[in-house]
Amino acid sequence: MGFLDKLKQGLQRTTQQFVDKFEDIVQRADAPEARTRDVDVETAEALEEILLMADVGVAATDQIVTAVTKRSRRGESLRELVKQEILRVLMAVPREPHSQIVMRGKPQVVLVVGVNGVGKTTTIGKLANQLRVQGKSPLVCAADTFRAAAVDQLQIWADRAGVDIVRAREGADPAAVVFDAITAAKARHRDVVLIDTAGRLHTRTNLMSELDKIRRVASKEVAGAPHEVLLVLDATVGQNGLAQAREFTSVAGVTGIVLTKLDGTAKGGIAVAIAHELALPIRYVGVGEGVDDLLPFSPYEYVDAIFQEKW
Amino acid sequence: MFDALSNRLQDVFQSIRGETRLTETTVENALREIRLALLEADVNFKVVKAFVDRVRDRAMDQAVLKSLTPSQQVVKIVRDELLALFGDAKGGLTESSARPRVILMLGLQGSGKTTTTGKLAKWLVKQGRHPIVVSTDVRRPAAIQQLAIVAAQAGVRVHDPAGEMDPVVRAKGALAEARAVGNDIVIVDTAGRLHIDDELMRELVAIKDVSGPADLLYVADAMTGQDAIKSAGEFNAQVGVTGVVLTKIDGDARGGAALSVVSVVGVPIAFVGSGEKLEDFEPFHADRFVSRMLGMGDVLSLIEKAEEVIDAGDAQKLEAKIRKGGFTLEDFRDQLRMLRRMGPLEKIMGMLPGMGGMKELAGQKPDEKQLSRIEAIINSMTPAERKQADILDGSRRKRVAKGSGTTVEDVNRLLKQFVEMQRMLKMVGQMTGEPIAAPLKKKKKKSPFSLMK
Ligand SMILES: Nc1nc2c(ncn2[C@@H]2O[C@H](COP(=O)(O)OP(=O)(O)OP(=O)(O)O)[C@@H](O)[C@H]2O)c(=O)[nH]1
Ligand SMILES: [Mg+2]
Repeated sequence: MGFLDKLKQGLQRTTQQFVDKFEDIVQRADAPEARTRDVDVETAEALEEILLMADVGVAATDQIVTAVTKRSRRGESLRELVKQEILRVLMAVPREPHSQIVMRGKPQVVLVVGVNGVGKTTTIGKLANQLRVQGKSPLVCAADTFRAAAVDQLQIWADRAGVDIVRAREGADPAAVVFDAITAAKARHRDVVLIDTAGRLHTRTNLMSELDKIRRVASKEVAGAPHEVLLVLDATVGQNGLAQAREFTSVAGVTGIVLTKLDGTAKGGIAVAIAHELALPIRYVGVGEGVDDLLPFSPYEYVDAIFQEKW
Repeated sequence: MFDALSNRLQDVFQSIRGETRLTETTVENALREIRLALLEADVNFKVVKAFVDRVRDRAMDQAVLKSLTPSQQVVKIVRDELLALFGDAKGGLTESSARPRVILMLGLQGSGKTTTTGKLAKWLVKQGRHPIVVSTDVRRPAAIQQLAIVAAQAGVRVHDPAGEMDPVVRAKGALAEARAVGNDIVIVDTAGRLHIDDELMRELVAIKDVSGPADLLYVADAMTGQDAIKSAGEFNAQVGVTGVVLTKIDGDARGGAALSVVSVVGVPIAFVGSGEKLEDFEPFHADRFVSRMLGMGDVLSLIEKAEEVIDAGDAQKLEAKIRKGGFTLEDFRDQLRMLRRMGPLEKIMGMLPGMGGMKELAGQKPDEKQLSRIEAIINSMTPAERKQADILDGSRRKRVAKGSGTTVEDVNRLLKQFVEMQRMLKMVGQMTGEPIAAPLKKKKKKSPFSLMK
C-alpha cells in the first residue's frame, strides 16, 4: 500500500471518529439537565470547529463562540444558541427592507462584478428572468469582452430570460458597451440595465480600474448610476472572500453580495465573516444552474442551512 | 502569491529566533500563532490540527529544546512538516505509454477547467506533444464555443462534431479522431458539477469508461475554502483523481488549498495556473513552494524562467561571471533587459530569496519606469565604468546623472542596488552548486537555511 493510500485511510478513520465524538458532545450539551448549565470548553471547541469548517473565519468564529459560552442558558438547545448568535452578526448589517432590487434610477443600473468563474453571467440570466416575471423590463449588457465566448453565453441567457441584450465585439472597450446599453435602455424605455463584467482577480489593479471607468461612464448617463453593485461570491470560497469583498468595495463600491453555488456542500460561511467585518448585506443566493435558481437571501433560512447536518 | 501566510510564519520564526533558550511556553505561543496563520490561510481544519500536534511533539522534545540552536531546529521542524504535507508525490503527469493517452479534466463549476485545458494543451505542445481537445460540456451555455476559441489560441486541434450533444459520444469521437489524425494526447474537458449530483457523476464515470484516461485532473480554485478540497476527495472516491490543478494562484490566496490537497484528497498537486494567459501554467514542485512560503525564495523557478529567455551561451558566460564574482554593471543592464522579458516584475520578485519577507516592499510595487531610468543611467556610463563600478567617484557620478537626465541620488541608489544584486547573485551561485540549474536532489542536500539568517 502506497503512502497516499495509507494517509487516506488514516484520515477517513479520523473523520469518522470525529463525527462520533462531536455527536456525543452535542448530545451531552443538549441533555435536559445540561440545558441550564453554561457551555463547557469541550463543547466550545467543537463549535469552533464546525464554524471554521464552514469558512466562517477565525475572527467571526471567535466572536460567536465567545458569545455562546458567555450566555447563561435557559433551556435553549445548543443549536438554538449558535443560530441566535450568527443571526445577530448577520442582522447587524444595515439592509434594504427586502433584499430585492429596488427601482431608483431611470433606468436602474446594476453592475455585477466578481473574480473568475463565480457565477456572474448565470446570476444575471436568472435575475433578468426574475425581474421580467415581476413585470419589469430588463436589458442585459455584455461587458465581458475579454473571456472567450462570454458574450455568446450571456446571449443564450438573455434568450432564456426573454430579455434584450446589448453586445459588442470581443475585445471592445467594456465601458463603451455600457454606454451603448444605457443609451439603448433609455431609447427603448427599459427600466433596469444589468451589466455583466469579465471575471477579474481583485489583485489586478489595471483590470480593477476598468470597473472604475465603467462606473464613471454609467454615472454620466444616469444620475446616481450604478445604483447597485453586486459582488458575486462562490460559496466554496475561503477567507480570500474577505479580500475580494474589500478590494471590490474600495474600487467598485459594492452595495451587496450574491452568494452562489449554495446547492453544493459548501456552507458559504464567508458571508458571516463579511457581515462581521465589512457590514455588507447578502442580497441573493444562487442554488443551482437553472433559470429559477436565484432566491432573495434570508438570514433565517441561511442559518438553518448551515446546520443541516450532524446536529 | 501566498505572501500573507509567508509573512505570518516569518513573524513567528522571528519571535522565537530572538530566544537563546526555548521554553515550552514560547513553543506553545509560536504554535498558537502558526495555527491561526494556517486557519486564516484556509488550510483544512483537520490538517491544521494534525500539523500542530506533530510539530508540538517534535519541538517539545528535550533534545530540541536543549540544543544549541533550538529556534533554528523548530523552524526546520516546521519546514519538514510542511514538506511532509505534500508526501513524496511528484507534480506533472503520471507515467503512461498509452497512445493516444487521455487526460480527463474534472471539477466543480467555475473552477477554471476550460481555461486550464487550453493551458495544458499549450504546455504539452511546448513539450513536443500533439494534443487534441474536446469539450463534453453540453450544459453550460457557450462552453463548447469557449473551448474552441481557447484551442485556437493554443494552436491545437479541437474535436467538435456540430450538433452532437452526447458527452460520451463526443469523448469517444475525439479518441477516434486522434487515432486517425495521429494526435498523441486527448484532453477531455467536462462540465462543472457538484459531487452530490448523482446523475452528472454517473455521466463522468461513463466518459471515463469510454476514454480510459491515464490522468484525471481535478481543477480547483486556489481561493477555495474548507469544502471544495473535501469535494475533490469525493470526486476521487466516485470517479478517481490522479492529480489536482490549482488555478488562480496569482491572486492573494494564502495557499491553504495547496497545503490541504494531499492530506485530504490523497493525490498530488500536478500543476498550478498562475494567470490569464495560456502560458501561465507550470508543473508543481512542493519543495519550491514550501521554500517560497517560508521566505526562502524560489530560486529554481526563477532560473527556469530565466532559461526561457536567455540563450544557453549567454547563460553560461553569465554563470561563470557570477561564480567568479565578476558581475559588472554591464551584466546588470543585460540582466535588467532580460528581467523585463521574463514577465511581470512582481512575479519575479516573489521568487527572490528574502523578498517575500521584505514588508516594506509589499506596498511599493516595482515600477517599470524605474527600470527605464536605471537603464538610462547605465547607458550614460563609459565602458570602463560599467566594467568597474568602483571608479565612479563623485564627479563621474555627477556626469552620469546629467547624461541620463537623472539626479546624483538616483545614481547612488542604483549603485547601492547593484552591490546588493551582486551579493544576491553570489548567493544564488553558491546555492545551486555546479550548473546553475542543478537538479533538485542536489540542492536539497545543501541547507537552504543558510538563507534564513
Ligand atoms: N451549482 C451551481 N452552479 C452555478 C451556480 N451559479 C453559477 N453556476 C455555474 O458556475 C459556472 C460559472 O458560472 P458563470 O456564470 O459562467 O460565472 P462567471 O462569473 O460569469 O464566470 P467568468 O465570466 O468566466 O468569470 C457555470 O458552470 C454555472 O452554471 C449556482 O448557484 N449553483
Ligand atoms: Mg461571465
